[in-house]
Amino acid sequence: MSSRHVNTAEATQTDATARSETELAELTRARKRVSPRSVLRTLRHHPLGLAGGLLLVLVVGFCLLGPLLYRTNQADVDLLNAALPPGPGHPLGTDPNGFDVLGRLMEGGKVSLQIGLLAALFATTIGTVYGAVAGLAGGILDGFLMRVVDILLSVPFLFFVLILSARFHANAVSLSLVIGGFSWLVSARLVRGEVLTLRVREFVLAARVMGASRRRLILTHLIPNALGVIIVNITFQVADAVLAVAALGFLGFGLTYPTADWGSQLASGATYISADRWWLIYPVGGCIVLTVLALNLLADALRDAVGRRAD
Amino acid sequence: MTWYVVRRLAISFLVLLGISAVVFFLLHLVSDNPGRVVLGQRASPEAVTDFNREHGFDRPVVMQYVSYLGQLVQGDLGRSYKLNENVGALLRQNAGRSAMLSLAGLILSLLIAVPLGILQAVRRNSLIDRGATAASYVLYATPSFLLGLILIAVFSQSLPFFPAEASQSRSPWVVLTDPGAMALPVITLAVTSVAVFSQYQRSSALDQLGQDYIRVARAKGLPERLVLTRHLLRNACLPLITLVGTLIPTLLAGNLIVESLFNYPGLGLLFLNSLQREDYPVLLAYTLIGGVLTVAGNFVADIAVAAADRRIELEK
Repeated sequence: MSSRHVNTAEATQTDATARSETELAELTRARKRVSPRSVLRTLRHHPLGLAGGLLLVLVVGFCLLGPLLYRTNQADVDLLNAALPPGPGHPLGTDPNGFDVLGRLMEGGKVSLQIGLLAALFATTIGTVYGAVAGLAGGILDGFLMRVVDILLSVPFLFFVLILSARFHANAVSLSLVIGGFSWLVSARLVRGEVLTLRVREFVLAARVMGASRRRLILTHLIPNALGVIIVNITFQVADAVLAVAALGFLGFGLTYPTADWGSQLASGATYISADRWWLIYPVGGCIVLTVLALNLLADALRDAVGRRAD
Repeated sequence: MTWYVVRRLAISFLVLLGISAVVFFLLHLVSDNPGRVVLGQRASPEAVTDFNREHGFDRPVVMQYVSYLGQLVQGDLGRSYKLNENVGALLRQNAGRSAMLSLAGLILSLLIAVPLGILQAVRRNSLIDRGATAASYVLYATPSFLLGLILIAVFSQSLPFFPAEASQSRSPWVVLTDPGAMALPVITLAVTSVAVFSQYQRSSALDQLGQDYIRVARAKGLPERLVLTRHLLRNACLPLITLVGTLIPTLLAGNLIVESLFNYPGLGLLFLNSLQREDYPVLLAYTLIGGVLTVAGNFVADIAVAAADRRIELEK
């Protein structure tokens, strides 16, 4: 949840280093065209990024394909088989409602990933358009739009999200909208920064001279050229959103039935912590950590591959 | 410098005004019928309408906002719907304990992260550096509630060193006398921040190690220990000052989760309970205070950096 703050703080580093960094980025950018293939090539020589990518494939496969191979009953409470330790028939045991923990992890992961992805796409779309408009407009409108971002960033993200999710009945879509609706701020800053450097480049000037409309400038010239930054940001956003879903679930505002997201599963496991039912805590905790770790590693590698710092 | 401070103050004030407006309208959107919340589901519609008229909740929302601002200026944060208590007093009761938890966590994490980051930078690519980087990647992906749960499972259940619940005392001073009960909450808060801070400190120290003044200090024969403590430390900590300032919202959110996990009666727990009770004046006030702290944190960080770093030229 805090990668955004790291980025903003990094942006306000001392003048001297910031300037030399942008100059350096400008130089490399001029020489290096970013194509999907060049990104893949860089990724291949990036062991950590590769590890992150593989780990992500594993997690996604576990959540999406897992339920097809490992069928469990996740709808009917089975109190006779409640809270069984891991053993034959239930590799990770059962929870206090008698649901198989392994099967529940897959289902919970599916919905957690869906919410994460949807929230990230939603946030990035708003942020991209907002940032592009602000960067292109400049002047008073830009100042106003970015002050709004400052204002929203000053209130803890979790507070906003909790206030809204306490009111609305939680389902996958409402959670994605609430999380996405308050996490577009950093994308807006990033894209605005990109647009500010792009809008003085020759091809944008040329398009302007030819009388391209603002809409056309944004959609066909600015956004495609800022795509690298945007994609890196989406990856970070998914990681942040998965953590946000987990936090909401843990605090009791997540999905509970028939599928429980990872945070809610962890919360229900936490109530039995004194009963030493470790299988209700460590597997789901491991899933959250591995997913977020995989996404962050991949995002870091993508950032290197795109050849610019995404701040 | 004075002009810079004045300008920053003016901007901070505008941001604060904006925060109050955003939070006020958001809460109005979420709950626009306080009478129903206060009087309960069984109250008659007439009673609810009367209540709302009596307390001015039937006026247009902009008018309500303006009168709320008027109250704020007089230092009145409103009245809790459910606890029938002044919100300001309610927050004051809990603020000391929360501040103590946050400060202890922050200090502990800086005490670990600053030397660790510098050590990593000095021994770049060594086993220590790689190990610490890997650990911070993993910790960064670990939500604080998971870390807290693991700490409880290990240090409270398996090895009964510390209690699983934080101190319940009303007085911050009594809390201080029972450090064992605060160990796990403080460690949970600190360790989650160490991941961010140490990586940050590392990259900032690396930047500084390449600078000329370090080379000069080494060339004149200064012992390495003094190079690091007298020259590097101060400059390498500058970005961290800004980071702590911008991280305040995250720290507050972390507090909320840790307080809920360890049942520590502070502002975060008050926020969560008020959320369940639909006690909106409390939510509004605490969110506002969070905003004030963030703005103040950024302000202080900017001024501190400007004061500490002569290279930053302030706009005239």
